[in-house]
Amino acid sequence: MPMLLLLLFIAVPVLLSWPLGNFMARVMNPSPSTGTDRLQLLLAKTGGRMLDVEQDWKGYVRSMLLFNTVMFFAAFLMLALQQSLPLNPDAKGSLEASLIFNTAASFVTNTNLQHYSGEVSMSYFSQLFVLTWLQFVSAATGIACFTALARALAGELHVGNFYRDLCRSVLFILMPLSILLALLLVVGGVPMTFEGAATARTLEGVAQTIARGPVAAMVAIKQLGTNGGGFFGPNSTHPFENPTFLTNFFECVSIPLIAMSTVWMFGRITGRMRHAAVIFSVMMLLLILKASLAIWLEGAPASALSGLPIEAASNLEGKELRFGTGTAAIWAAVTTATSNGSVNCMHDSLNPLTGLVPLAGMWLNVIFGGVGVGFINMFIFIIVGVFICGMMVGRTPEYCARKVETHEMKLALLALLVHPLLILAGTAVFASTSWGSGTVLNKGAHGFTEILYEFSSAAANNGSGFEGLGDNTVPWNMATGIVMLLGRYIPIILPLAIAGSMSAKKPVPETIGTLRIDTPLFAVVILGSVLLIGALLFMPVAVLGPVADYLSTAVQ
Amino acid sequence: MKITLMEQTSANIMTSIRVTVATIVLCGGIYPLALYVFARLAAPESASGSLLRDPSGQVVGSRLIAQGFTEARYFWPRPSAVKYNGAGAGGSNLSPAGPEVRQRAVQSVADFSADHLRPLPADLATASGSGLDPYITRQAARYQASRVARARGVPLSVIEAAIQLEADGQALLPTGEGLVNVLSLNLKLDAGQQRMTEPRH
Repeated sequence: MPMLLLLLFIAVPVLLSWPLGNFMARVMNPSPSTGTDRLQLLLAKTGGRMLDVEQDWKGYVRSMLLFNTVMFFAAFLMLALQQSLPLNPDAKGSLEASLIFNTAASFVTNTNLQHYSGEVSMSYFSQLFVLTWLQFVSAATGIACFTALARALAGELHVGNFYRDLCRSVLFILMPLSILLALLLVVGGVPMTFEGAATARTLEGVAQTIARGPVAAMVAIKQLGTNGGGFFGPNSTHPFENPTFLTNFFECVSIPLIAMSTVWMFGRITGRMRHAAVIFSVMMLLLILKASLAIWLEGAPASALSGLPIEAASNLEGKELRFGTGTAAIWAAVTTATSNGSVNCMHDSLNPLTGLVPLAGMWLNVIFGGVGVGFINMFIFIIVGVFICGMMVGRTPEYCARKVETHEMKLALLALLVHPLLILAGTAVFASTSWGSGTVLNKGAHGFTEILYEFSSAAANNGSGFEGLGDNTVPWNMATGIVMLLGRYIPIILPLAIAGSMSAKKPVPETIGTLRIDTPLFAVVILGSVLLIGALLFMPVAVLGPVADYLSTAVQ
Repeated sequence: MKITLMEQTSANIMTSIRVTVATIVLCGGIYPLALYVFARLAAPESASGSLLRDPSGQVVGSRLIAQGFTEARYFWPRPSAVKYNGAGAGGSNLSPAGPEVRQRAVQSVADFSADHLRPLPADLATASGSGLDPYITRQAARYQASRVARARGVPLSVIEAAIQLEADGQALLPTGEGLVNVLSLNLKLDAGQQRMTEPRH
């Protein structure tokens, strides 16, 4: 039964990704003949004359960084003033400075790590005008940068205009899809109100306060934009964010949808559809592997219950009955394959070995990945892959008819090493000091995994967590805030630099000696570089965390 | 050369600010407002939180949010790590292989006086992810039926029929497994009992 569900939950976004990918290529990269003149005028009027400039990769990156800086400061300011701003019926108070920094960094970088609980700390103004807004524009930043990368690899020196691409992704991709999903969620029972919390008197005469709000608006974009930051603390486990099996299906399908589509979009823009199919199949294989493993491991009842007079068919700790264990495992795999990070069960309460599945997804960070940036990450592995193949046959490696030389390789290796460095160094520092060890909920290896998970999630811009961790402290807020920023911008800038440098080279004719990038053999090459590099870099911490946790509890 | 770069940077900053303002208005204002209007028209009940009322109109809770029933005549929900706090949800976040989960399960076994002849359904011994799971399984409801029947002084068959009715209404899971909404069931039992007792007065 769970495997049938897996088929359904994966097949639907795969089928939808093909037409959506074609559509995205058309709206992001319109051919000059399609008449978008009127819209161009409207955009230019809103954005000013900067929208008419054709930018090279450096200009593009500069605009991206500038816009993201403005996003950060606007968010910081609005969060800092939340207690004096409107739309605050439950009178939420002011937020602590390091928490504001962390939250702004988290939502600007499309991470959505949350060191606060939405219904406890955030006013409706903050939820909508800061967090929901950032969920749109941070996702659009990813799509824009990815489009620029694709254009550069198609051989264009001018990779587009950042502001134009950003507006296009918000207006034509994210907004229509979010409206559609939000309508389905509202019909499915998700609240959408501006009234403050409701007060009830239970049948036993106890008072209960029920937090609510404009939930549907935020949930839709957090699922689609690989954001993941929910309206309520426990995210899509909360019955108001995810009331039925059907809403759960819509939300789960939305997680990988746009990231899957970007692969086809890349094929369209570069005119290499078969190459795109090769990349897609590698990502698909890894996703199915991950999800099957999670389903299988989570089918075992919680071992803490063994011997007690309890009838258990699977691990229900941290799960919601209306979704069941099967779709919770699927969601856990999908949300960490992409850098979404929303959850419909508590990852801290997954079985010890199951915890390895989300971790592995965030370590690789290329199994479809974040919208746009997932493919950008994969590009680095492709470059490394063609380089290794080139060395094996003694030929200067090529990709997309451009030579890959020392300069590109240096940048690629740097991009590759940033991610593990941020995770491993951060984990080492926090695990060995009271900054980390004083904040874990569970003891021993499981507690270590809580720290490891937090840094993996921050560096991968994922945003899910082993939520037992008491992470709203100044050291955690500052450290993960910085990790999220570095983990976002370095892996965007370096690949764009590589692609920009490649597009400036003379194209080399593709001959019989050229490494073909549209064959199953190339899929094996990519799979090999992803798995080998990922496994080598993270195997030690995997053994110290989830594996040790499993072994120590299995012995008892 | 320097001047053009300066000019370009200031144009860049101006554009960034203009696009920021435009997207804030669109994504934070217009989009939610349009949804709000749609929700008021299409699903007014659930849009404001699926609130349930007793016959006198008093709000007794939300159909989607669990409550911590403790009296014998009511069905009890799954354990909650946040004591059913509707304004601060959360799971236990405990390792399912750890001693704390076992301790709590032992307590649940005692609360329901379960033994190996009559093992407790797992959902009554595990905390949900939100701490607000409004449902229990049909087995978990049946497990409590005799206690509820005794406390209310009604035949067991009446309670079982009510469970059946409630579970059938929720048979939306593809597993075919009906779930029972605890608050809705308790509310119906109270209302039914009121009807039965009223004619005597």
